[in-house]
Amino acid sequence: MISKHLLSIEDLSKEEALGLLATAKELARITDGPNKKLPTLRGKSIVNLFFEDSTRTRISFETAAKRLSADVINFSAKGSSVSKGESLKDTAQTLQAMGADAVVIRHGSSGAAKRLADSQWISASVINAGDGTHEHPTQALLDAFTIKSHLKPDAADLSGLRIVIVGDILHSRVARSNVLLLNKLGAKVTLVAPPTLLPVGVSEWPVELSYDLDEVIESCDVIMMLRIQLERMQDSYFPTEREYARRYGLNSTRLSLLKSTAIVMHPGPMNRGLEISAESADDVKSVVIDQVKNGVSVRMAVLYELLGGAPFSVSEGVQID
Amino acid sequence: MIKISNAKTADGRIISVEIENNLISKITQTDDKSGIDAKGKMILPGLVDLHTHLREPGREDSETVLSGSIAATAGGYTAISAMANTNPVADTAGVVEQVYRLGVAAGYSEVNPIGAVTKGLNGEQLAELGAMADSIAKVRIFSDDGKCVSDPLLMRRALEYVKTFNGLIAQHAQDPRLTINSQMNEGVISSRIGLVGWPAVAEESIIARDILLADHVGSRLHICHVTTAGGVALIKWAKQRGIQVTAEVTPHHLLLTDDLVENYDPIYKVNPPLRTQKDVWALREALADGTIDIVATDHAPHPSEDKDCEWQAAAFGMVGLETALSVVVKSMIETNLMSWPDLIERMSTKPAQIAGYANQGRNLAVGAPANLLLLDPSAKWQVRRDRLNSKSKNTPFDGMELPAVITDVFYNGVQTVSDSKVIKQASNQGKDLN
Repeated sequence: MISKHLLSIEDLSKEEALGLLATAKELARITDGPNKKLPTLRGKSIVNLFFEDSTRTRISFETAAKRLSADVINFSAKGSSVSKGESLKDTAQTLQAMGADAVVIRHGSSGAAKRLADSQWISASVINAGDGTHEHPTQALLDAFTIKSHLKPDAADLSGLRIVIVGDILHSRVARSNVLLLNKLGAKVTLVAPPTLLPVGVSEWPVELSYDLDEVIESCDVIMMLRIQLERMQDSYFPTEREYARRYGLNSTRLSLLKSTAIVMHPGPMNRGLEISAESADDVKSVVIDQVKNGVSVRMAVLYELLGGAPFSVSEGVQID
Repeated sequence: MIKISNAKTADGRIISVEIENNLISKITQTDDKSGIDAKGKMILPGLVDLHTHLREPGREDSETVLSGSIAATAGGYTAISAMANTNPVADTAGVVEQVYRLGVAAGYSEVNPIGAVTKGLNGEQLAELGAMADSIAKVRIFSDDGKCVSDPLLMRRALEYVKTFNGLIAQHAQDPRLTINSQMNEGVISSRIGLVGWPAVAEESIIARDILLADHVGSRLHICHVTTAGGVALIKWAKQRGIQVTAEVTPHHLLLTDDLVENYDPIYKVNPPLRTQKDVWALREALADGTIDIVATDHAPHPSEDKDCEWQAAAFGMVGLETALSVVVKSMIETNLMSWPDLIERMSTKPAQIAGYANQGRNLAVGAPANLLLLDPSAKWQVRRDRLNSKSKNTPFDGMELPAVITDVFYNGVQTVSDSKVIKQASNQGKDLN
């Protein structure tokens, strides 16, 4: 059972994280049936408070909430009072007055979700759906869920797996959350990037580091490609798109060097031809579509545990009222 | 005539002091209980701050010359130096004279305006430095603080030009290209919590450059708010070579570290940022051995809405006038790194010398202007943000228990603080005391 908010993977113990994955698995099993909807969160209202565009994450949370029968309000920064200079505090107090039970927040500022949760502005549960370059905990949970279901379905955790994360670690909230969670679940994580895209303090992270993708590609069980923002080139993080793709992109040559059992992941949206070639994205090793699907189950599990009931254990099944 | 009896000096003597016509008129060692009984208290010359943001003109919602002067006297300061980054910028004789006159009218502390180095702090063209020097404000310190004079040629010209009137350029050392969007110290904490880093090298590279420029043109240079161990090493090297460089450290950089940023509370957002424990130790050692000459507050008031928000949206800065002395006692005297005479040197005598404030930082002697404070060195107090005299309450020390309670302050022979409370001064003509 997780506590009131989900702001960072650091908030979760290993047991809580595994509990969430088990709940997600059970919810996935149920919603794979003919009736996708559970009545669990009927009468609860969940606000998707998105200060940054993210259609995918918003739709995923919205689907998850609706499958649990919650009311969903989408509050996006564009065309709202937020773009007219309304502060986070005033927005939060407005949502509080409207009786939100949970706020799913995506914000461009690192720490915005924590500020919202720590402040006296609002009493709802806060779920971090991505804060600046800090964390994106539900993405890490859905990635762990995907890895476990493909490679370790019956194991207790992810011990023994070697996971390589490639790309813009410096600016990636996905990488930060995944490093914390995958390490917590027993996997060995290696980060691969040019030094310009690794943070200065990365030596203190529980990971191995490499500047050379070819050095690590043959031994890994999972390769996770991160999206490269094109504006990074203007800021001289790397010379050209082509050079980046050559040195750090997952092309068909590198794809062929992967273990036969290895899986290819990407949090989306993909830049085909830059960090990942079209062949790699569409290969049987690619689990990108599974990640999207699992995102709904994992977010259902998070909403369920924060607002609803106790975690499912796989053996008990579930009562539907 | 005011008489203070039985006060202890920093070097341990018990004295009684009489004040008449703004001056110390008599000092005796007789045991006598008349006047203000200062038994158990220490007597110090009034403190001198070379780095104060008073926000007037332009942001009177966060501080005014009057409210900042009241905060200054509450903190034991008898002279403060108003930074130029107001709106309009203090880059003309008109603005510095206005600030100077407001300071005189307030009557709590000497208010010495600092002039901008460049017009509008834009870093493109020198401001009228000579006109500000010749004005009634007699400006001698020039700084674009808040911004760095990053153009090396312009910095060279400024260093040279102010020699005419024995002026001093106070540099805010921050390479702008290395600190685009920077939010906090770049290091282990910033990497983990995902805030854009402000690397130590952005400060140190400018310090190194400016030391070499000052050497080349034979000018005086002052480095504002040094925060890094590397910056300290560069200044030490420059002093060993006889280069005319002085440097300041803020109280908050002597006590606080970047791990406080982990909860994203913008009360800890300040520029330059809080650094690591290693830097704090280096700064303390440098202040103790004189590599860093003085303590300066960088008192930076901001209204609550500029701190009650997410980190990136928040303003940089902390108020400091009312806590400075106690924070220095905690970080330097309680740790046995410095003595009380050292503290007087770093917070009164030396800043007055650097700035050329003739009536400040003087020894306790007959004929010296009566700028004095009494404090109880054994008492403690708890910082309460709502009890600050400053118009803004953005202190990072809220709730902290600090040593040394300032009980009385005398500015230019007039008592401005009694029993730790600011006494309303007639000279400000009944204006609201905040």
